[in-house]
Amino acid sequence: MQVTMTVNDVEVTREIEGRLLLVHFLRDVLSLTGTHWGCDTSNCGTCVVWLDGEPVKSCTVLAAMAGGHEVRTVEGLAKDGQLDPIQEGFMQCHGLQCGFCTPGMMMTCRALLDKNPDPTDAEIREAISGQICRCTGYATIVRSVRWASVHEAAAEVTR
Amino acid sequence: MQVPAPFEYERATSVDQAIGLMERLGSSARLVAGGHSLLPMMKLRLANFEYLIDINPLHDELGYIRVGADEVRIGALTRHRELLESAELAAAFPIFRDAERVIADPVVRNRGTLGGSLCQADPSEDLSAVCTTLDASCVIRGPGGAERVVSMAEFHVGPYETAVADGEILTEIRLPRRPGHGSAYEKVERRAGDWAVVSAGAAVWLGADGTIADARVGLAAVGPNTTGIPEISDTIKDQAPSEALYEQAGAIAARSCDPATDQRGSADYKRHLADELTRRTLRKAVERARS
Repeated sequence: MQVTMTVNDVEVTREIEGRLLLVHFLRDVLSLTGTHWGCDTSNCGTCVVWLDGEPVKSCTVLAAMAGGHEVRTVEGLAKDGQLDPIQEGFMQCHGLQCGFCTPGMMMTCRALLDKNPDPTDAEIREAISGQICRCTGYATIVRSVRWASVHEAAAEVTR
Repeated sequence: MQVPAPFEYERATSVDQAIGLMERLGSSARLVAGGHSLLPMMKLRLANFEYLIDINPLHDELGYIRVGADEVRIGALTRHRELLESAELAAAFPIFRDAERVIADPVVRNRGTLGGSLCQADPSEDLSAVCTTLDASCVIRGPGGAERVVSMAEFHVGPYETAVADGEILTEIRLPRRPGHGSAYEKVERRAGDWAVVSAGAAVWLGADGTIADARVGLAAVGPNTTGIPEISDTIKDQAPSEALYEQAGAIAARSCDPATDQRGSADYKRHLADELTRRTLRKAVERARS
Protein backbone atom coordinates (compact mmCIF):
# COMPACT_ATOMS: atom_id res chain seq x y z
CA MET A 1 0.00 0.00 0.00
CA GLN A 2 1.03 3.60 -0.46
CA VAL A 3 1.30 6.01 2.45
CA THR A 4 1.84 9.75 2.46
CA MET A 5 2.59 11.72 5.59
CA THR A 6 4.46 14.81 6.68
CA VAL A 7 7.62 14.11 8.65
CA ASN A 8 9.42 17.11 10.15
CA ASP A 9 7.60 19.43 7.73
CA VAL A 10 8.54 17.37 4.66
CA GLU A 11 5.89 15.37 2.79
CA VAL A 12 6.97 11.80 2.10
CA THR A 13 5.26 9.07 0.07
CA ARG A 14 6.39 5.46 0.22
CA GLU A 15 5.17 2.00 -0.70
CA ILE A 16 4.86 -0.03 2.52
CA GLU A 17 3.38 -3.19 4.02
CA GLY A 18 0.26 -2.60 6.10
CA ARG A 19 1.93 -4.19 9.12
CA LEU A 20 4.95 -1.85 9.13
CA LEU A 21 5.25 -0.03 12.44
CA LEU A 22 5.87 3.70 12.48
CA VAL A 23 9.18 3.31 14.33
CA HIS A 24 10.55 1.06 11.57
CA PHE A 25 9.17 3.32 8.86
CA LEU A 26 11.06 6.25 10.35
CA ARG A 27 14.30 4.36 10.98
CA ASP A 28 14.52 1.89 8.11
CA VAL A 29 12.57 3.56 5.30
CA LEU A 30 13.36 7.23 5.97
CA SER A 31 16.73 6.59 7.71
CA LEU A 32 15.71 8.86 10.58
CA THR A 33 17.54 6.84 13.19
CA GLY A 34 17.29 9.49 15.90
CA THR A 35 14.07 7.79 17.01
CA HIS A 36 15.20 4.74 18.97
CA TRP A 37 13.62 1.34 19.01
CA GLY A 38 13.62 -0.27 22.42
CA CYS A 39 11.24 -2.62 24.20
CA ASP A 40 8.75 -3.07 21.36
CA THR A 41 5.94 -3.33 23.94
CA SER A 42 5.07 0.36 24.50
CA ASN A 43 6.71 0.32 27.93
CA CYS A 44 10.09 2.03 27.54
CA GLY A 45 9.16 5.14 25.55
CA THR A 46 12.43 5.59 23.67
CA CYS A 47 10.44 5.48 20.39
CA VAL A 48 8.23 8.47 21.28
CA VAL A 49 7.50 10.80 18.35
CA TRP A 50 4.70 13.28 17.81
CA LEU A 51 1.63 12.45 15.80
CA ASP A 52 -0.22 15.70 15.08
CA GLY A 53 1.64 17.29 17.98
CA GLU A 54 0.84 14.57 20.56
CA PRO A 55 3.57 12.25 21.85
CA VAL A 56 2.91 8.61 20.88
CA LYS A 57 4.92 5.41 21.17
CA SER A 58 5.81 4.69 17.56
CA CYS A 59 6.38 0.96 18.17
CA THR A 60 2.64 0.68 18.75
CA VAL A 61 1.39 2.81 15.88
CA LEU A 62 1.22 1.50 12.32
CA ALA A 63 2.96 3.62 9.71
CA ALA A 64 -0.30 3.39 7.76
CA MET A 65 -2.15 5.05 10.67
CA ALA A 66 0.09 8.10 10.29
CA GLY A 67 -0.99 8.51 6.66
CA GLY A 68 -2.28 12.04 6.09
CA HIS A 69 -0.95 13.16 9.45
CA GLU A 70 2.03 15.14 10.74
CA VAL A 71 4.88 13.33 12.40
CA ARG A 72 7.71 15.04 14.23
CA THR A 73 10.83 13.26 15.39
CA VAL A 74 13.85 14.28 17.42
CA GLU A 75 15.50 15.35 14.14
CA GLY A 76 12.79 18.01 13.88
CA LEU A 77 13.46 19.63 17.25
CA ALA A 78 16.30 21.95 16.26
CA LYS A 79 15.29 24.91 14.09
CA ASP A 80 17.63 26.68 11.64
CA GLY A 81 20.65 25.01 13.20
CA GLN A 82 19.60 26.25 16.63
CA LEU A 83 19.05 23.56 19.26
CA ASP A 84 15.70 23.55 20.99
CA PRO A 85 15.97 24.69 24.65
CA ILE A 86 15.08 21.15 25.72
CA GLN A 87 18.12 19.83 23.83
CA GLU A 88 20.24 22.61 25.29
CA GLY A 89 18.93 21.68 28.76
CA PHE A 90 19.91 18.03 28.36
CA MET A 91 23.41 19.19 27.38
CA GLN A 92 23.78 21.71 30.21
CA CYS A 93 22.42 19.48 32.98
CA HIS A 94 23.84 16.14 31.93
CA GLY A 95 20.37 14.83 31.06
CA LEU A 96 21.84 11.82 29.34
CA GLN A 97 24.40 9.21 30.12
CA CYS A 98 24.18 6.46 27.49
CA GLY A 99 21.65 8.46 25.48
CA PHE A 100 19.36 5.61 24.53
CA CYS A 101 16.22 7.03 26.16
CA THR A 102 17.07 10.62 25.23
CA PRO A 103 15.12 11.13 21.96
CA GLY A 104 11.88 9.87 23.50
CA MET A 105 12.48 11.82 26.71
CA MET A 106 13.08 15.05 24.79
CA MET A 107 10.00 14.62 22.57
CA THR A 108 7.75 14.01 25.58
CA CYS A 109 9.26 16.85 27.59
CA ARG A 110 9.07 19.33 24.69
CA ALA A 111 5.35 18.52 24.40
CA LEU A 112 5.00 18.98 28.17
CA LEU A 113 6.59 22.45 28.05
CA ASP A 114 4.39 23.43 25.12
CA LYS A 115 1.32 22.71 27.26
CA ASN A 116 2.74 23.65 30.63
CA PRO A 117 5.68 26.08 30.37
CA ASP A 118 6.46 25.99 34.10
CA PRO A 119 5.93 22.43 35.31
CA THR A 120 6.75 21.27 38.84
CA ASP A 121 9.21 18.42 39.33
CA ALA A 122 6.25 16.16 40.09
CA GLU A 123 4.58 17.14 36.82
CA ILE A 124 7.78 16.42 34.89
CA ARG A 125 8.08 13.03 36.56
CA GLU A 126 4.44 12.26 35.78
CA ALA A 127 4.97 13.23 32.12
CA ILE A 128 7.90 10.81 31.74
CA SER A 129 6.34 8.05 33.85
CA GLY A 130 5.88 5.96 30.71
CA GLN A 131 9.55 6.19 29.84
CA ILE A 132 12.50 4.32 31.18
CA CYS A 133 16.07 5.53 31.66
CA ARG A 134 18.08 2.43 32.47
CA CYS A 135 21.01 4.57 33.53
CA THR A 136 18.43 5.78 36.11
CA GLY A 137 19.39 9.37 35.44
CA TYR A 138 15.94 10.71 36.23
CA ALA A 139 17.16 13.46 38.56
CA THR A 140 19.28 15.04 35.83
CA ILE A 141 16.49 14.60 33.26
CA VAL A 142 14.12 16.52 35.53
CA ARG A 143 16.82 19.16 36.04
CA SER A 144 17.30 19.44 32.25
CA VAL A 145 13.61 20.08 31.72
CA ARG A 146 13.64 22.69 34.48
CA TRP A 147 16.61 24.34 32.75
CA ALA A 148 14.69 24.53 29.48
CA SER A 149 11.62 25.88 31.26
CA VAL A 150 13.57 28.63 33.06
CA HIS A 151 15.60 29.63 30.00
CA GLU A 152 12.56 29.73 27.75
CA ALA A 153 10.82 31.99 30.24
CA ALA A 154 13.91 34.24 30.33
CA ALA A 155 14.05 34.34 26.52
CA GLU A 156 10.37 35.40 26.50
CA VAL A 157 11.18 38.35 28.77
CA THR A 158 14.17 39.58 26.75
CA ARG A 159 12.41 39.15 23.40
CA MET B 1 11.87 -7.73 16.29
CA GLN B 2 8.16 -8.05 17.03
CA VAL B 3 5.98 -7.46 13.98
CA PRO B 4 2.40 -8.52 13.36
CA ALA B 5 1.70 -11.18 10.74
CA PRO B 6 0.78 -9.69 7.35
CA PHE B 7 -2.68 -8.13 7.02
CA GLU B 8 -4.50 -5.75 4.73
CA TYR B 9 -4.92 -2.27 6.19
CA GLU B 10 -8.25 -0.57 5.56
CA ARG B 11 -9.22 2.88 6.70
CA ALA B 12 -12.74 3.65 7.90
CA THR B 13 -14.43 6.72 6.44
CA SER B 14 -17.67 6.48 8.44
CA VAL B 15 -19.23 4.19 11.04
CA ASP B 16 -21.58 2.67 8.50
CA GLN B 17 -18.80 2.14 5.96
CA ALA B 18 -16.78 0.32 8.65
CA ILE B 19 -19.79 -1.86 9.46
CA GLY B 20 -20.21 -2.60 5.75
CA LEU B 21 -16.55 -3.65 5.51
CA MET B 22 -16.84 -5.91 8.54
CA GLU B 23 -20.04 -7.45 7.25
CA ARG B 24 -18.28 -8.33 4.03
CA LEU B 25 -15.03 -9.54 5.63
CA GLY B 26 -16.53 -11.37 8.62
CA SER B 27 -14.31 -12.72 11.39
CA SER B 28 -11.15 -12.25 9.29
CA ALA B 29 -11.40 -8.52 10.00
CA ARG B 30 -10.92 -6.57 13.20
CA LEU B 31 -11.36 -2.93 14.12
CA VAL B 32 -8.36 -1.11 15.54
CA ALA B 33 -8.71 2.09 17.57
CA GLY B 34 -5.76 3.21 19.72
CA GLY B 35 -4.17 -0.17 19.07
CA HIS B 36 -2.28 -0.26 22.36
CA SER B 37 -3.76 -3.62 23.33
CA LEU B 38 -4.47 -5.13 19.94
CA LEU B 39 -1.14 -4.38 18.21
CA PRO B 40 0.96 -5.89 21.05
CA MET B 41 -1.23 -9.02 20.87
CA MET B 42 -0.77 -9.16 17.10
CA LYS B 43 2.99 -8.74 17.51
CA LEU B 44 3.00 -11.77 19.80
CA ARG B 45 0.75 -13.58 17.28
CA LEU B 46 -1.83 -14.07 20.01
CA ALA B 47 -4.25 -12.41 17.58
CA ASN B 48 -4.11 -12.68 13.79
CA PHE B 49 -6.41 -11.03 11.29
CA GLU B 50 -6.44 -10.79 7.52
CA TYR B 51 -7.85 -7.27 7.61
CA LEU B 52 -7.39 -4.47 10.08
CA ILE B 53 -9.88 -1.61 9.83
CA ASP B 54 -8.49 1.61 11.31
CA ILE B 55 -11.30 3.61 12.88
CA ASN B 56 -9.11 6.48 14.14
CA PRO B 57 -10.39 8.66 11.26
CA LEU B 58 -13.84 8.44 12.92
CA HIS B 59 -12.69 10.41 15.97
CA ASP B 60 -14.78 13.42 14.93
CA GLU B 61 -17.85 11.19 14.81
CA LEU B 62 -17.16 8.96 17.84
CA GLY B 63 -14.94 11.06 20.11
CA TYR B 64 -17.13 13.10 22.48
CA ILE B 65 -18.24 13.54 26.07
CA ARG B 66 -21.81 14.84 26.37
CA VAL B 67 -22.84 15.60 29.91
CA GLY B 68 -26.63 15.81 30.19
CA ALA B 69 -28.86 16.26 33.23
CA ASP B 70 -29.92 12.60 33.38
CA GLU B 71 -27.16 10.87 31.48
CA VAL B 72 -23.58 11.18 30.28
CA ARG B 73 -22.87 9.88 26.80
CA ILE B 74 -19.31 9.13 25.76
CA GLY B 75 -18.26 8.23 22.24
CA ALA B 76 -16.34 4.96 21.97
CA LEU B 77 -13.33 6.64 20.34
CA THR B 78 -12.83 9.13 23.17
CA ARG B 79 -9.22 8.83 24.24
CA HIS B 80 -7.95 8.30 27.79
CA ARG B 81 -6.39 11.76 27.83
CA GLU B 82 -9.72 13.35 26.90
CA LEU B 83 -11.47 11.43 29.69
CA LEU B 84 -8.77 12.50 32.17
CA GLU B 85 -8.87 16.15 31.17
CA SER B 86 -12.66 16.59 31.07
CA ALA B 87 -13.65 18.74 34.07
CA GLU B 88 -17.32 18.17 33.28
CA LEU B 89 -16.91 14.40 33.40
CA ALA B 90 -14.92 14.60 36.64
CA ALA B 91 -17.69 16.74 38.17
CA ALA B 92 -20.38 14.25 37.12
CA PHE B 93 -18.38 11.08 37.93
CA PRO B 94 -15.15 11.67 39.90
CA ILE B 95 -14.30 7.96 39.52
CA PHE B 96 -13.23 8.59 35.92
CA ARG B 97 -10.42 10.95 36.83
CA ASP B 98 -9.24 8.67 39.65
CA ALA B 99 -9.03 5.76 37.21
CA GLU B 100 -7.53 7.64 34.29
CA ARG B 101 -4.68 8.90 36.47
CA VAL B 102 -3.51 5.31 36.95
CA ILE B 103 -4.22 3.83 33.51
CA ALA B 104 -0.98 3.16 31.61
CA ASP B 105 1.08 6.36 31.21
CA PRO B 106 0.49 9.82 29.70
CA VAL B 107 1.86 8.90 26.27
CA VAL B 108 -0.21 5.72 25.97
CA ARG B 109 -3.23 7.71 27.16
CA ASN B 110 -2.85 9.92 24.09
CA ARG B 111 -3.84 6.94 21.92
CA GLY B 112 -5.93 4.45 23.92
CA THR B 113 -9.72 4.77 23.80
CA LEU B 114 -12.69 3.99 26.02
CA GLY B 115 -14.29 1.71 23.42
CA GLY B 116 -11.04 -0.11 22.72
CA SER B 117 -10.52 -0.72 26.42
CA LEU B 118 -13.99 -2.18 26.84
CA CYS B 119 -13.78 -4.28 23.66
CA GLN B 120 -10.41 -5.71 24.71
CA ALA B 121 -12.35 -7.15 27.69
CA ASP B 122 -9.22 -7.78 29.71
CA PRO B 123 -10.27 -8.86 33.23
CA SER B 124 -7.69 -6.42 34.67
CA GLU B 125 -8.85 -3.45 32.63
CA ASP B 126 -9.73 -0.38 34.69
CA LEU B 127 -12.37 1.40 32.58
CA SER B 128 -14.41 -1.79 32.43
CA ALA B 129 -14.50 -1.73 36.23
CA VAL B 130 -15.45 1.96 36.15
CA CYS B 131 -18.29 1.31 33.70
CA THR B 132 -19.47 -1.68 35.74
CA THR B 133 -19.46 0.48 38.87
CA LEU B 134 -21.49 3.21 37.18
CA ASP B 135 -24.01 0.75 35.68
CA ALA B 136 -23.13 1.81 32.14
CA SER B 137 -24.96 0.76 29.01
CA CYS B 138 -23.14 0.01 25.77
CA VAL B 139 -24.57 1.05 22.42
CA ILE B 140 -23.70 -1.41 19.65
CA ARG B 141 -24.46 -0.55 16.04
CA GLY B 142 -24.85 -3.17 13.36
CA PRO B 143 -25.72 -3.49 9.67
CA GLY B 144 -28.35 -1.09 8.39
CA GLY B 145 -27.75 1.27 11.32
CA ALA B 146 -29.59 -1.06 13.73
CA GLU B 147 -28.66 -0.21 17.33
CA ARG B 148 -28.92 -2.29 20.45
CA VAL B 149 -28.13 -1.31 24.00
CA VAL B 150 -26.67 -3.82 26.46
CA SER B 151 -25.64 -3.63 30.12
CA MET B 152 -22.00 -4.12 31.15
CA ALA B 153 -22.88 -7.58 32.51
CA GLU B 154 -24.20 -8.55 29.08
CA PHE B 155 -21.38 -6.78 27.24
CA HIS B 156 -18.57 -8.81 28.79
CA VAL B 157 -19.20 -12.40 27.79
CA GLY B 158 -15.88 -13.71 29.14
CA PRO B 159 -12.18 -12.83 29.15
CA TYR B 160 -11.34 -11.06 25.87
CA GLU B 161 -14.87 -11.74 24.64
CA THR B 162 -17.71 -9.26 24.24
CA ALA B 163 -21.29 -9.12 22.99
CA VAL B 164 -20.11 -7.22 19.89
CA ALA B 165 -20.67 -9.61 16.95
CA ASP B 166 -19.01 -9.64 13.53
CA GLY B 167 -20.27 -6.67 11.54
CA GLU B 168 -21.00 -4.65 14.69
CA ILE B 169 -19.25 -1.75 16.39
CA LEU B 170 -19.42 -0.32 19.89
CA THR B 171 -20.29 3.33 19.35
CA GLU B 172 -21.24 4.84 22.70
CA ILE B 173 -21.24 4.35 26.46
CA ARG B 174 -24.17 5.75 28.44
CA LEU B 175 -23.93 6.48 32.14
CA PRO B 176 -27.10 7.26 34.07
CA ARG B 177 -26.95 10.25 36.44
CA ARG B 178 -28.79 10.32 39.72
CA PRO B 179 -28.71 12.89 42.55
CA GLY B 180 -26.48 12.58 45.63
CA HIS B 181 -23.67 10.91 43.72
CA GLY B 182 -20.10 10.31 44.78
CA SER B 183 -17.62 7.82 43.39
CA ALA B 184 -13.98 6.81 43.64
CA TYR B 185 -11.42 4.41 42.21
CA GLU B 186 -8.29 2.88 43.68
CA LYS B 187 -5.73 0.60 42.15
CA VAL B 188 -2.80 -1.31 43.56
CA GLU B 189 -0.09 -1.83 40.95
CA ARG B 190 3.49 -3.05 41.15
CA ARG B 191 4.88 0.00 39.36
CA ALA B 192 3.54 3.15 37.67
CA GLY B 193 1.42 2.38 34.62
CA ASP B 194 1.19 -1.37 35.20
CA TRP B 195 -1.89 -3.54 35.08
CA ALA B 196 -3.74 -3.78 38.38
CA VAL B 197 -2.89 -6.31 41.05
CA VAL B 198 -6.43 -5.44 42.12
CA SER B 199 -8.56 -2.34 41.48
CA ALA B 200 -11.85 -1.32 43.00
CA GLY B 201 -14.41 1.30 42.06
CA ALA B 202 -17.29 2.41 44.24
CA ALA B 203 -20.26 4.62 43.49
CA VAL B 204 -22.90 5.76 45.96
CA TRP B 205 -26.07 7.77 45.66
CA LEU B 206 -27.19 9.32 48.94
CA GLY B 207 -30.80 10.10 49.74
CA ALA B 208 -31.98 13.42 51.17
CA ASP B 209 -31.74 11.91 54.69
CA GLY B 210 -28.08 10.97 54.15
CA THR B 211 -28.64 7.22 53.91
CA ILE B 212 -27.37 5.20 50.98
CA ALA B 213 -30.13 5.16 48.36
CA ASP B 214 -27.98 2.97 46.12
CA ALA B 215 -24.38 1.82 45.91
CA ARG B 216 -22.31 -0.21 43.50
CA VAL B 217 -18.85 -1.70 43.68
CA GLY B 218 -16.84 -2.95 40.69
CA LEU B 219 -13.59 -4.90 40.92
CA ALA B 220 -10.89 -5.54 38.32
CA ALA B 221 -8.29 -8.33 38.13
CA VAL B 222 -10.06 -10.68 40.55
CA GLY B 223 -12.12 -12.86 38.18
CA PRO B 224 -12.82 -13.69 34.55
CA ASN B 225 -14.35 -10.24 33.98
CA THR B 226 -14.57 -7.02 35.91
CA THR B 227 -17.15 -7.90 38.44
CA GLY B 228 -20.04 -5.98 39.90
CA ILE B 229 -21.09 -7.30 43.30
CA PRO B 230 -24.86 -7.10 43.74
CA GLU B 231 -24.67 -8.48 47.28
CA ILE B 232 -22.82 -5.36 48.40
CA SER B 233 -25.50 -3.15 46.86
CA ASP B 234 -28.27 -5.18 48.55
CA THR B 235 -26.52 -5.14 51.94
CA ILE B 236 -25.69 -1.47 52.26
CA LYS B 237 -28.76 -0.02 50.59
CA ASP B 238 -30.93 2.16 52.86
CA GLN B 239 -28.24 2.10 55.56
CA ALA B 240 -26.52 5.11 57.08
CA PRO B 241 -22.87 5.25 55.93
CA SER B 242 -20.47 4.06 58.65
CA GLU B 243 -17.09 2.37 59.08
CA ALA B 244 -18.89 -0.80 60.14
CA LEU B 245 -20.85 -0.76 56.90
CA TYR B 246 -17.69 -0.34 54.79
CA GLU B 247 -16.13 -3.25 56.67
CA GLN B 248 -19.14 -5.38 55.90
CA ALA B 249 -18.94 -4.44 52.21
CA GLY B 250 -15.20 -5.20 52.14
CA ALA B 251 -15.78 -8.64 53.61
CA ILE B 252 -18.40 -9.39 50.94
CA ALA B 253 -16.02 -8.20 48.20
CA ALA B 254 -13.25 -10.48 49.50
CA ARG B 255 -15.40 -13.57 49.52
CA SER B 256 -17.35 -12.81 46.32
CA CYS B 257 -14.36 -12.42 44.03
CA ASP B 258 -12.38 -15.16 42.36
CA PRO B 259 -8.71 -14.14 42.07
CA ALA B 260 -5.92 -16.37 40.80
CA THR B 261 -2.40 -16.61 42.18
CA ASP B 262 0.10 -15.23 39.64
CA GLN B 263 3.27 -13.10 39.46
CA ARG B 264 1.27 -10.10 40.67
CA GLY B 265 0.34 -11.75 43.96
CA SER B 266 -1.32 -14.63 45.73
CA ALA B 267 -5.07 -15.17 45.68
CA ASP B 268 -5.14 -14.47 49.43
CA TYR B 269 -3.32 -11.14 48.99
CA LYS B 270 -5.73 -10.16 46.21
CA ARG B 271 -8.72 -10.96 48.40
CA HIS B 272 -7.19 -8.79 51.10
CA LEU B 273 -6.84 -5.97 48.53
CA ALA B 274 -10.43 -6.43 47.33
CA ASP B 275 -11.55 -5.98 50.93
CA GLU B 276 -9.34 -2.99 51.70
CA LEU B 277 -9.91 -1.17 48.38
CA THR B 278 -13.66 -1.66 48.63
CA ARG B 279 -13.64 0.01 52.04
CA ARG B 280 -11.42 2.87 50.90
CA THR B 281 -13.39 3.64 47.75
CA LEU B 282 -16.76 3.46 49.49
CA ARG B 283 -15.47 5.80 52.21
CA LYS B 284 -14.18 8.28 49.63
CA ALA B 285 -17.32 8.00 47.48
CA VAL B 286 -19.50 8.89 50.48
CA GLU B 287 -17.24 11.83 51.40
CA ARG B 288 -17.52 13.13 47.85
CA ALA B 289 -21.29 12.64 47.74
CA ARG B 290 -21.57 14.75 50.90
CA SER B 291 -19.36 17.59 49.71
